[in-house]
Amino acid sequence: MIEVRGLSVTFKNKGRAVKAVQNASFHVAEGEIFGIVGESGSGKSTLLKAIAGLIEPSPRSLLIEGQEMGVKRSKADRKLMQFVFQDPYGSLHPRQTVDDILREPLIIHGIVDIDTEVSKALADVGLQPLHRYRYPHQLSGGQRQRVAIARALILKPRILLLDEPTSALDVSIQAEILNLISNLRLTYQLTSILVSHDLAVVAHLCSRIAVMRLGEIVEILNVEDLRNHKATQHYTSELLAASVGYSRTA
Amino acid sequence: MSEAPLIEVEDLNVTFPGRGGATKAVRNISFALGRERLGIVGESGSGKSTTGRALLGLIPAPGIVTAKQMHFKGQSLAGLNDRQWQEMRGQHISMVMQDPKYSLNPVIKIGHQIQETYLLHQKTSKEDARQRALMMLEAVKIRDPEAVYHLYPHQLSGGMGQRAMIAMMLIAEPELLIADEPTSALDVTVQNEVLRILDDLVTDRGMGLIFISHNLTIVSSFCDRVLVMYGGRIVEECKASELHRAKHPYTQALIKAAPLLNHPVKTLSVVVRDVEWSR
Repeated sequence: MIEVRGLSVTFKNKGRAVKAVQNASFHVAEGEIFGIVGESGSGKSTLLKAIAGLIEPSPRSLLIEGQEMGVKRSKADRKLMQFVFQDPYGSLHPRQTVDDILREPLIIHGIVDIDTEVSKALADVGLQPLHRYRYPHQLSGGQRQRVAIARALILKPRILLLDEPTSALDVSIQAEILNLISNLRLTYQLTSILVSHDLAVVAHLCSRIAVMRLGEIVEILNVEDLRNHKATQHYTSELLAASVGYSRTA
Repeated sequence: MSEAPLIEVEDLNVTFPGRGGATKAVRNISFALGRERLGIVGESGSGKSTTGRALLGLIPAPGIVTAKQMHFKGQSLAGLNDRQWQEMRGQHISMVMQDPKYSLNPVIKIGHQIQETYLLHQKTSKEDARQRALMMLEAVKIRDPEAVYHLYPHQLSGGMGQRAMIAMMLIAEPELLIADEPTSALDVTVQNEVLRILDDLVTDRGMGLIFISHNLTIVSSFCDRVLVMYGGRIVEECKASELHRAKHPYTQALIKAAPLLNHPVKTLSVVVRDVEWSR
């Protein structure tokens, strides 16, 4: 469904070029959830943004359902793929109610039955009708992330891109959101890419995982190999060791 | 632990009065700390950072701190005036904050920020302070102290910034360090390095450490003893190595809610809150 072939992203600034993503290749099958892990600055979010069409990828490197994609996309292409951002505090408009936030994509895409769609989307993510006319600051972090997920799903996309959807949340709230994501994926048969720095979170949801470092994909392994610490690259082993907790000798 | 404990707290309360009634951020907590690594865990709003701040007298007005007893090495911390607090902070108790990006002064060179504490507390020459700042940078494993000394905070990476901040807190050789989420802004691989520095300080210099975190994995593997906070109270106290055998339903639920690499589950269990816990 998603094919990435030698994708690179280069930022040019005052004659200096920064290669944020270099020659990344992988494919995501229909209905699969693919994980990308890496540390800050490894290029994982940039890669996801390039797939979403927010950043220009190198030419002919991105195919979605067999179609080449760049930054310029039709409304139908945009509708196909939606994005959930890391920070629920930053990604919702502070002066719009939940209703306004959920309404906007429907208006843009000319969908008629706005009212029912909004209340259905709220129910889908486990929010109550009373939350509909609240402002983001009147909601908790977990509720806000639910709104962000509702906004992404309201257009019934087939692909959902998730950029660190739980890293701003407490463990207890994270569990709720992760369960919500995995239930919604089954209900709507979504194809997903999940970006996170947390190996345990990625392993919980994903079947295959790409490890990124300094803009490059170091290796792609499946979740069983990751769980059994069967990494072929030293860097992946290092990440695995660090995620288990502190040890004096490491 | 043969000598008197570093910190003794009995019935500490922190209250913030407001229009809708007072908010009790910390309620009747008591604990003692020796020369050990004490972890405080809990979710946002559980009062763990507020507890740390209360020990340093950093609760801003109109917040009210009351305690039956709050002693540092037998000396009462209650009723210290501003001057006495200044003596206490830095020299005896220090605090490392969560995010180096916001807690370092952006317009002062790293080296100058580090030696400021030392110059304030010790009657010494500038040159001596400079030497000590360089020593501190070396102690927190910064490879080129001389170069980093002259850099500004924005020129450092997250891990380096956090180490610089630890260096700043340690220059006056405090006996107690309160670290408030010192590693949560850092990448996992850097995280371990910073923890090792803190660990060495406790082991080699006999410093006491209060380690505030929401990360159960780190706390259980790093600390000696753990306090679990919920709704401003301590709901559980146990040995860190025995955290997985916790008795309180909240602690148990918290442990189960975290996904684990080596224990795959289909659905994560969710923390079902009981009003009894915060009563």
